[in-house]
Amino acid sequence: MEHTSLLERILRGVALTLVVIFFMFPIVWIFMMSFQTNETILRIPPQLIFEPTLANYTALITGKLMTAAGTLDIAFMRNLWNSVFLSVTSVAVSLLLGVPAAYAFARHKFRGSEDIAFTLLSFRFAPALLVLLPLTLYFQKLGLANTYIGLIWVYQLICLPLILWIVRGYFEDIPADIEYAYRIGGHSWFATFRKIALPLAGPGIAAAGLLAFIFAWNNFVFALVLASADKQPVTVGALAFITSSGIQYGQISAAIVLSITPTLALALYAQRYLVEGLSLGAVKG
Amino acid sequence: MTAVVSHRLKPSGFRISKRVLPYVLSLPALLVCIGILIPFLTSVVYSFQRYRLSQPWARQFNWGDNYISFFTDPKFWNTLKVSLLYAGTTVVLELLLGLAIALLLQKRSTLNNFISIMLLMPLMTAPALAALMWKLMTNPGFGVLSYLASLIGLQDFRWASSPSTALLTVVLVDIWVYTPFIMILLLAGLRSLPTQPFEAAALDGVPRSFVFFRITLPMLTPYILTATLFRLLDSIQQFDIIYAMTQGGPGDTLTVFQVEAYLNFFQSTNVGRSAALMIILWAITYFLSNIFIKNWLRLRERARGQA
Repeated sequence: MEHTSLLERILRGVALTLVVIFFMFPIVWIFMMSFQTNETILRIPPQLIFEPTLANYTALITGKLMTAAGTLDIAFMRNLWNSVFLSVTSVAVSLLLGVPAAYAFARHKFRGSEDIAFTLLSFRFAPALLVLLPLTLYFQKLGLANTYIGLIWVYQLICLPLILWIVRGYFEDIPADIEYAYRIGGHSWFATFRKIALPLAGPGIAAAGLLAFIFAWNNFVFALVLASADKQPVTVGALAFITSSGIQYGQISAAIVLSITPTLALALYAQRYLVEGLSLGAVKG
Repeated sequence: MTAVVSHRLKPSGFRISKRVLPYVLSLPALLVCIGILIPFLTSVVYSFQRYRLSQPWARQFNWGDNYISFFTDPKFWNTLKVSLLYAGTTVVLELLLGLAIALLLQKRSTLNNFISIMLLMPLMTAPALAALMWKLMTNPGFGVLSYLASLIGLQDFRWASSPSTALLTVVLVDIWVYTPFIMILLLAGLRSLPTQPFEAAALDGVPRSFVFFRITLPMLTPYILTATLFRLLDSIQQFDIIYAMTQGGPGDTLTVFQVEAYLNFFQSTNVGRSAALMIILWAITYFLSNIFIKNWLRLRERARGQA
């Protein structure tokens, strides 16, 4: 591999450049659009150099868009808050339910344990609408339609399998002998779980939580089906923009930038664990 | 013996019998499961009923009629065709592209690591928002991609709004979002391969094409299988990108399973047909996920073994 020819190095360089351009261009372009006024956006050919404006962001953050026709209310901050609240709470609930279960599956082979674990895993692969469509009818009867509680419950479908299977892997990686030694010292299983297992699996649990957060944040179909405007997260809210009158392309772009920044930042922060998380614990990075 | 004695002498914290403990720990997660299984069973029941939200009085069991009518329903065949075409095209292209990029980035270097992290950004973008981004870029009025298309002679290239290019456009968005998924799994696989066979091959002066097809590919197969099946399972159910981009249109060009079921439920309020569609999709994914889980488990055990 060391004696690669000059031609090959050039070809590799060109190929990598094309790859980077293809995958980065949309993000860079939308980022640039978010600092432009409608006039510069609509100019043909598209402008690479323009006078940046923060007007799109101020309109979104203040929720007021001044137009020639009057003032328009934009509820985007509401969507952003919904995304934060739904994702954080869903992950917290998932961790509370999933971490003890993951520990049980990792440490105790009990009757039906694998069946339960695989049932949970299969949720990851079942079509979402299979469950969601009947659920809309149930939720209306139960009074859960368009409530945060209903949404958080359904979001467990995304977060729980992920957390269960990743965290289970981390618990399995802790040598059982360490826990036995502590138990022999006269400590209860709960003390062992809290003082030994949890701290050792800590980084893995944190990474699983971050990933579950990203997936909850990026979810679209659950809220599209089960939430109305006041409970919708950014994924559904931003899409509604494109059909609503009076909103300009710069503001849509700014909304996209604000919506994808949190997940991109978290992904960069947790990138060391992404491989393991994306493969549900099957591949280590 | 000492363990048991000391344990009895110093009881501390919770005392739950060892047999019950794992059930107690996993019960809450299990209860959430059961809550989800009920709507699943409901879907099965609906799929055997004539059930329209607009005509609740006419709701009755028609047993297999929803399924039987599919055989003579061109819309169903279109759904099946588009779903398979979409899943097949995206997975094949993403696999080839992902493998190529992984091979380009295989060598550990600061630049390669930096690029591989950068390429994760599309994957971490919500697919619905990714579709929205591409929608802005392919807007016929000001979209930069429409402009670039016109530069290479494609005047009035309609992207997602023309039936002839709609599939191409959503496939492109899917490739943009999910190729990094395959790339990152295969890259991890490539970097975890043992080095001895490659050193031996280099020592013997074996041609590189031979090394790739006879050493690299076979050793990478479990990773390729897992990544491919994973993508296939998701891709056959794709909803976000297609719905956000075209809502299944123009016409019924892109009415894949989940989009068609969504439209049946909310627009034509035909719950029975919608449920039957979802059951068929579920059968397909159930079959695929069984194959997937076998491969995935093998890979998982290998990863645990290395730890």
